[in-house]
Amino acid sequence: MSAKPVHALGTRIWKSRFIYLLILPTIIYFAIFTYAPFYGITIAFKDYKIIAGIMDSPWVGFKHFEAMFTSEKFPTLLKNTIIISLYRLLFGFPIPILFALMLNEVRHMLFKRFIQTVTYFPHFLSWVVFAGIIYNFIGPSGIINLVLVNTGLDKFNFTTNPDVFRTLVVITAILKEFGWGAIIYLAALSGIDSQLYEAAKIDGAGKLRQIWHVTLPGIRPIIALLFCLQLAGILDAGFDQIFMFLNPALYDVGDIIDTYVYRLGILQSQFELATAVGLFKGVIGMILIITANTIIRRMGEKSLW
Amino acid sequence: MVEQTAHATQPVSELKFSTRRSLDANPWWAQSLIYLILIGAGLITLLPMVNVWAISFSEAHEIYKNPMMLWPKSFTLESYKYIFNTQVLLKAFGITVFVTLVGTFLNLLFTATGAYGLSKTHIPGHRFLLWIVIIPMLFGAGLIPMYILLKNIGLLNSIWVMIIPSLVAPFNLILMRNFFWSIPESLEESARIDGASDMRVLWSIILPLSKPVIATVGLFYAVGHWNDFFSGLFFISDNSKWPLQMVLRSIIIDFNMLNMGTQNTNTLNDSSRLIVQPENIKAATIIFAIVPILLVYPFLQKYFVKGIMLGSVKG
Repeated sequence: MSAKPVHALGTRIWKSRFIYLLILPTIIYFAIFTYAPFYGITIAFKDYKIIAGIMDSPWVGFKHFEAMFTSEKFPTLLKNTIIISLYRLLFGFPIPILFALMLNEVRHMLFKRFIQTVTYFPHFLSWVVFAGIIYNFIGPSGIINLVLVNTGLDKFNFTTNPDVFRTLVVITAILKEFGWGAIIYLAALSGIDSQLYEAAKIDGAGKLRQIWHVTLPGIRPIIALLFCLQLAGILDAGFDQIFMFLNPALYDVGDIIDTYVYRLGILQSQFELATAVGLFKGVIGMILIITANTIIRRMGEKSLW
Repeated sequence: MVEQTAHATQPVSELKFSTRRSLDANPWWAQSLIYLILIGAGLITLLPMVNVWAISFSEAHEIYKNPMMLWPKSFTLESYKYIFNTQVLLKAFGITVFVTLVGTFLNLLFTATGAYGLSKTHIPGHRFLLWIVIIPMLFGAGLIPMYILLKNIGLLNSIWVMIIPSLVAPFNLILMRNFFWSIPESLEESARIDGASDMRVLWSIILPLSKPVIATVGLFYAVGHWNDFFSGLFFISDNSKWPLQMVLRSIIIDFNMLNMGTQNTNTLNDSSRLIVQPENIKAATIIFAIVPILLVYPFLQKYFVKGIMLGSVKG
C-alpha cells in the first residue's frame, strides 16, 4: 500500500468531506420528505389496504384513472381550475405591471414609499385573515349591502352565489397581491439605463413612445419569465384562497382539483382516487414547467435552470 | 455586502432618476391622473382594514345601523375581552409562536448548511446533489402520499408536523446557495492560509457576510410558519393542537356561515351578548391576527424586497 494513493477522485472526495457532511442533513431531509412519497404514488395503481400497507396491496392497473376520467366530477374540476387560473392571468397579470409603471412616474419619494408600504401589506396576511376582511365588507351587514339597501335594492348574498364566485376570487386575489407583484417590475424599471430615455428624447419620442420603445422592452424579460411561470401553474388555481370562499353551494363553479383531492383523500379516505387525481395534476404541471423553461430559453431570455 | 452596495447606490440612482424625469415630465393632467389612481389603490387597500379596526371597538347596534365607519362608535372593549377569554385561540397562538420560533431556527440551520455545501461547485457530484434539490420544485408526489408517509412515521397529529416536513424549501435553499456562491473564493482561501478550519471559515467569514440573506430567508420562513394553514388542515385533526390560522378560520369564516342562516350566538356568553355580536368579534379576531404582522412589518418590507431582488438578479 503506497502512502499516497493516486486515486484523484477519492482524494478529492476525502478533501471535501466537510462539505459533504454539511450537505448530508439536507439530502436526508429531501430523501424522506420528497423522494420517499414518490413510492406512495404507486397506490394510484393499487387497491390500497391500510392494514396490508402499500407494498402488499394488490395492483389494479389503471382502474382509478379510468374511474377518474369517466367520472362526472372530473370535467367540472378541470374546467373550474383552468377557468379560474386563466381569469387570474388575464386580469391579474397586467395590473402589477401598470401599477409599477405608474409608481415609476412618481417624483415625490415620500408619497411613493407611502403607497408602496400600504399596498405591500396584504401580501403578508394569510388568506384566512384577508378573507375575513373581505367578508366584513361584502357580508350581510357589510358596507356593500348597506349601500344596496339604501339605494332601494335587495341585499345581495355574495358568499353563496355561484354567479359571482369566480369574479370574487379573481378580484380579491388582485386586491391582495397587486402591490407586492409590482416590486419585481420596479426593480427591472430601475435597471433601465437612463441614457436610453435621453437618446429616445433626442430622437423626438414623446412620453408614450418612450414607454413603448424603452420602458417596455426593458422589462420584457421579466414579463416573459413571470408570464410563462404563471401559465405553467395553470392547474394551481390557489387552494389557500379558494378554500376560504368555497362552500357546497359553489362546487359547480368553484371546486378545483386541489380542493377535491383534499375532500376525497383526507376527509373521505379514498386514497387511491385522490392520489390518481393528484398525480395527474403533478405530471401535467411538470410538463408545463419544463415546456415553459424551454420556451424562455429559446426566446433567449434567462431561463430557470 | 449587499447592504453596503444598496446604501451606496441609492442616493446616486435617485439623483439620476430626478434628472431623467425632469427631462420628460408628464403633462399635468396625466401626472394628476397617476396620483389619483395611486391614491385610490392605497385607499382600497387601507380602508377595509380601518373599517375592521373600527368595528372591532364598536358596539353591535352601531354596525347594524351603519357599518360604514372609520372610527369606533360607542367605544367598547367587549369584543377583545371575549377573544382574550377564548382559551382555544390563546392556545393556538402559543402553538404558532412555538412553531414559528423553533421552526424558523431549524429551517435556517438546515437550509444554510445545505446551501453552503452546494455552493462549492468543485466537489465531485455537485451537479447531482443540486438536482436533488431542484427536482422537488418541478414535481411533487402530491398530498395523499405525503399524508400516508406522515401517518406511517407517526407525525400525524403532532405539532412537529408543522416543522419537520417543511424543513427546507428548495427555493430558499437556491436563493442562499446563489448568495454564498457569489462570495469571492479568495476570502476563504486567505483565511485557510492563516490556518482557519472549515468550521471556522464558515462561522467567522461566511456567516457575518451573509446576515442580509439569512434575515431575508429567515423572514420568508417565519411568515410561512405564521400563516401556515395547510399543515393544520391536512395533518392535524385534533383541534387542541391546531395552529393559529385554523382557529382563526373557524372563528372568522364559520361564524360567517352561521350568520347566513340563523343567528347562532350560543357561543357568546351572556354579558357580552347584548353589547357585541359575531361581526364585532370577528373584527377583533382579525385585528388580533394582523397586529403581530404589523409589528414586524418594517423588517418584512425591507428584507422581503431585498430577497425579491436577490432572487431576480441571480435566480
